[in-house]
Amino acid sequence: MTARALVDRGGTLIGLALVAAIFGSLIGAQFFAPGNLELMARQTAIVGMAALGMTMVIVAGGIDLSVGSVIALSTVVIALLLKGDHGPWVAALGGIGAGAICGLANGLLITRLRVVPFIVTLGTMLIVRGAAKGLADERRIEAPTTWLNDLLRSGAGGTWLPAGIWLVVVLALVMGGVLGYTRFGRHLFAIGSNERMARLCGVRVERRKGAMYAAAAACAGAAGLLQFSKLSVGDPTVASGLELDVIAAVIIGGGSLSGGRGTVAGTLVGATIMTLIQIGCSQRGLPNWVQQIVTGGIIVAAVALDRVRSARS
Amino acid sequence: MAEVTGPPKPLAKAEAGHDAEKPRFEMRGIRRAFGATVALDGVDLSVRAGEVCALVGQNGAGKSTLMAILAGALTPGAGTMTMDGRPFAPRSPLDARRAGVAMIYQELSLAPHLSVMENILLGMEPARFGLLDWGRTREVAARALAQLGHDEIDLAARVETLSVAAQQLVEIARAIAVGCRVLVLDEPTSSLGREDVARLFDLVRRLKAQGHAIVYISHFIEEVTTIADRVVVLRDGRNAGGGDIATTTPDAIVAMMVGRQMDDLFPRSPRRRGDAILDVDRLEPGAATFTLHRGEILGIAGLIGAGRTRLLRTIFGLAPVRSGLVRVATFSGASSPSDRPSDRWNQRVGLLSEDRKAEGLALGLSVADNLTLTRLEAFGPAGFVSPTRQRAAASGWIGTLDIRCAGAGQTAGELSGGNQQKVALARLLHHDVDVLILDEPTRGIDVASKAQIYALIDALVADAPDRPAKAVLVVSSYLPELVGLCDRIAVMHRGTLGVPRDVSGLTERDLMMDATGVAHTA
Repeated sequence: MTARALVDRGGTLIGLALVAAIFGSLIGAQFFAPGNLELMARQTAIVGMAALGMTMVIVAGGIDLSVGSVIALSTVVIALLLKGDHGPWVAALGGIGAGAICGLANGLLITRLRVVPFIVTLGTMLIVRGAAKGLADERRIEAPTTWLNDLLRSGAGGTWLPAGIWLVVVLALVMGGVLGYTRFGRHLFAIGSNERMARLCGVRVERRKGAMYAAAAACAGAAGLLQFSKLSVGDPTVASGLELDVIAAVIIGGGSLSGGRGTVAGTLVGATIMTLIQIGCSQRGLPNWVQQIVTGGIIVAAVALDRVRSARS
Repeated sequence: MAEVTGPPKPLAKAEAGHDAEKPRFEMRGIRRAFGATVALDGVDLSVRAGEVCALVGQNGAGKSTLMAILAGALTPGAGTMTMDGRPFAPRSPLDARRAGVAMIYQELSLAPHLSVMENILLGMEPARFGLLDWGRTREVAARALAQLGHDEIDLAARVETLSVAAQQLVEIARAIAVGCRVLVLDEPTSSLGREDVARLFDLVRRLKAQGHAIVYISHFIEEVTTIADRVVVLRDGRNAGGGDIATTTPDAIVAMMVGRQMDDLFPRSPRRRGDAILDVDRLEPGAATFTLHRGEILGIAGLIGAGRTRLLRTIFGLAPVRSGLVRVATFSGASSPSDRPSDRWNQRVGLLSEDRKAEGLALGLSVADNLTLTRLEAFGPAGFVSPTRQRAAASGWIGTLDIRCAGAGQTAGELSGGNQQKVALARLLHHDVDVLILDEPTRGIDVASKAQIYALIDALVADAPDRPAKAVLVVSSYLPELVGLCDRIAVMHRGTLGVPRDVSGLTERDLMMDATGVAHTA
């Protein structure tokens, strides 16, 4: 394999190794201590979960700006259901279901009104955020303590890693399988790479997109579940602006905003790179602004690399 | 940015009559190749000041390439160009524009949200101390429109509010305002009504009287004989003749466009017309009625813009049916006007798009993905796809069709045009369709791939004991291809499909006459 092909295929992994090496040398071996690694995994879980859905959307040439709001709505719905004496399972599924409904609305608006996804989801970002605030009466909602609060707690339930992280791992495997090994997944790649061709080849583009936006927002709903677990309250103002982190994770991971490219593994590596920068900077005592500049630089560098790659082919 | 420092040169005075016998521009021995394909092989063209020269030829004859070289968008591989006797070698379109070459394309290039005068002076806005000089903008724009005899156009109107004909005038005015000396009009009447065409012709005569050298590209022979002084015919990248319009008949022009044909490219296995398989009944748009049988190739001839592609898309469910019926005989259920492409594929009908890059293939995906997309069901149960089996199937077709690639996993965009086209065609074979609808199946590909595709199409409809023959509906702008391949050919002219006629006894000349409307007017 030539050096160039190596950079092509494992570009993001090399980036991860570089970032890890830099912070490792700055901070020392304790940066890679098991406890610290687990902390990183927990930090990555929420963005990573939402980014799994976003990978699908970006592969199909779309975008979903409403994920941050959907996460907030999901925490509110979960808290309200728990408060209303429903069981944790009902509450969890309710949060995920609320996300799926938002996504279905996105999909219908995009395919029926033929408005570009950027605009539709910009609108639903505000609508869903408003709905979450309205449902919560603009307050945080306290909920009775259940096992949902332990999803991201280390050591809880005697598992090796918190259950929430396993949830992300399982969902990542499922999503990887869907994208690579199902007709649905291959159709998403076709739509993202050339929508007119997909239509010509008999792909039911509208249906596929509708299902995709619903599934993606369900992932955001699941990210909301993890967010709730972390906060242990329903907060309608949480995860504001998180959609950009989620999109950045996919892009750093090799996804292309012009569609047709993106992998689940890349997305998770991308999300991890961002966490590494966050945790590394704070443990090194670097202020927040440094962290933001570094993350921004990485996003631009990742996209520039993408441009170079696509210009060659 | 160039500023207007004085009034545009008074063209009418300076240029007309001045050395009228010498050419305004001259192109000699122009050669240009794209990879292995020779688009132009030593073409000559010269036009005098105050002359309208028609440039005609079939699609792919090299007209666009020649004009792109004149306009500085392409550089010639060999040959010389002069402008008013001086060497002329534009390095860029801007270079050529500065030298006075203006192109008016079919697709107008105006900024729809800007005003008429802003459009006329786009890129050369008069400014003083960096501020736009609106007074002079208005003045120069008004003078350009007056020179065209169309000062009735409102200078402040937004261009998008104007008719297509008026927009075209604005674009010509822009050419006048920059002081153009050579004006190329590429199919200028294709989107104009009858009255607008007459008005455009008046304008062309006026520009001619003002001493411009005009190149007029058109497929419509009757237009050429009306407006041009002289005609130059290109065929297969070479000069195929020409002469003064007064002494050249439309028939002669068509004969020069068509030339002689080469038979050996087109194999003809024994064919036996079988059952009717595709029935098209008074389908609108297209006014199409025909029946396609197994073991038969039906061709549709016509000019670009005659509505052939739209007819195919309507049949395939990609464009809405206004009225009429499409029936696919082998399919047990009833076809309905609301059928989509997915229904057609289920009915075992496949379409090959004319636009390989924009619609035919996903250039960013692998050969295997492109080839198998319509029938992923074969590679696993219940919505699952086994990439291994997918790649194995694609590899089979790569071998069968001799597709040159590094393997089924290679990105389609990295293949040559001919091999890409084979991938697109292989998709129909992998789906095992009964009816192949092919839109320009050999556009822009090399001769070797063309020959392979011809042989393949012929084999599909050949009479064989072990399998039923397929049926092919093919649109092509290249007449030798249609005559060589087809059993019957129908001609489409200005949105209406004629009656299919048996190919024996049909000549390319007959087809060209019908397609260009010579038979309709004469």
